[in-house]
Amino acid sequence: MKSAVIVFPGSNCDRDLAVAFRETTGEAPVMVWHRETELPQGIGLIGVPGGFSYGDYLRSGAMAARSPIMRAVADAAGRGVPVLGVCNGFQVLTEAGLLPGALMRNAGLNFVCRDVPLTVANSQSAFTARYEAGETIRVPVAHHDGNYTADEDTLDRIEGEGRVAFRYAAPVNGSARDIAGVINEAGNVLGMMPHPERMIDPAHGGTDGRRLFEGLVAALA
Amino acid sequence: MKARVYVTLKKGVLDPQGKAIHHALEGLGFEGVNDVRAGKMIELDVAESVSDAKIEEMCRKLLANTVIENFRIERVAA
Repeated sequence: MKSAVIVFPGSNCDRDLAVAFRETTGEAPVMVWHRETELPQGIGLIGVPGGFSYGDYLRSGAMAARSPIMRAVADAAGRGVPVLGVCNGFQVLTEAGLLPGALMRNAGLNFVCRDVPLTVANSQSAFTARYEAGETIRVPVAHHDGNYTADEDTLDRIEGEGRVAFRYAAPVNGSARDIAGVINEAGNVLGMMPHPERMIDPAHGGTDGRRLFEGLVAALA
Repeated sequence: MKARVYVTLKKGVLDPQGKAIHHALEGLGFEGVNDVRAGKMIELDVAESVSDAKIEEMCRKLLANTVIENFRIERVAA
């Protein structure tokens, strides 16, 4: 399957995400620079990677969300192409309006960089199909702005619709209702602060992230 | 012509930075500060022909994230 990883100036997890895509789809993804206005033909999966796009200027993800390629990503998402945004990628997707809410400075003001336990809140999505609902997995976080915020109505709605994919098993950054990952209404866009691509090989110290990619690839086959 | 855009967090949105500033002020011995909210000011140098409506559009599309922030536009004579 053909996949793409978007690269912004300041992305630094693009290669990790590319490895995860390559390992699980069997084909190296196309790396697409932010100035492009179109995605290559036949892309079946898009990754928006972590990092510090545009130096986090204005707000994390704000500039990247307005870059030319993001229009093409939004169009593809609208056509049902799965989009995975990790860390800064999650911030970009909320800034682009593809996911609800916003990610603010961590409640403790510290950059948090460690493995955290996550609870799989919904195993019915294409992104979480290889997990059991309620299962606890271990995935690293590395962020300063991961404090998920939305108004109460939005929080109630996304919880009611099963659109919370992952929750922190213990508070990490002040996120409302310990939300770590959110899915869009159509079910084909996931944004999450933890890094599943950093847990796909035993050499990483664990493989809990690998099932996210494998489940996604199986769902798309 | 200058326009200043003040971006502030909406009421009810927790402000960890404001809280830390508040705490630091108390640490310096300043009393009577009830609350601190941090925001940002963005100064635009714009042509006379740029309308308030246009600046408002800039705010909605980029300068503020209206999920969590409010904005206020102020025209400043040069």
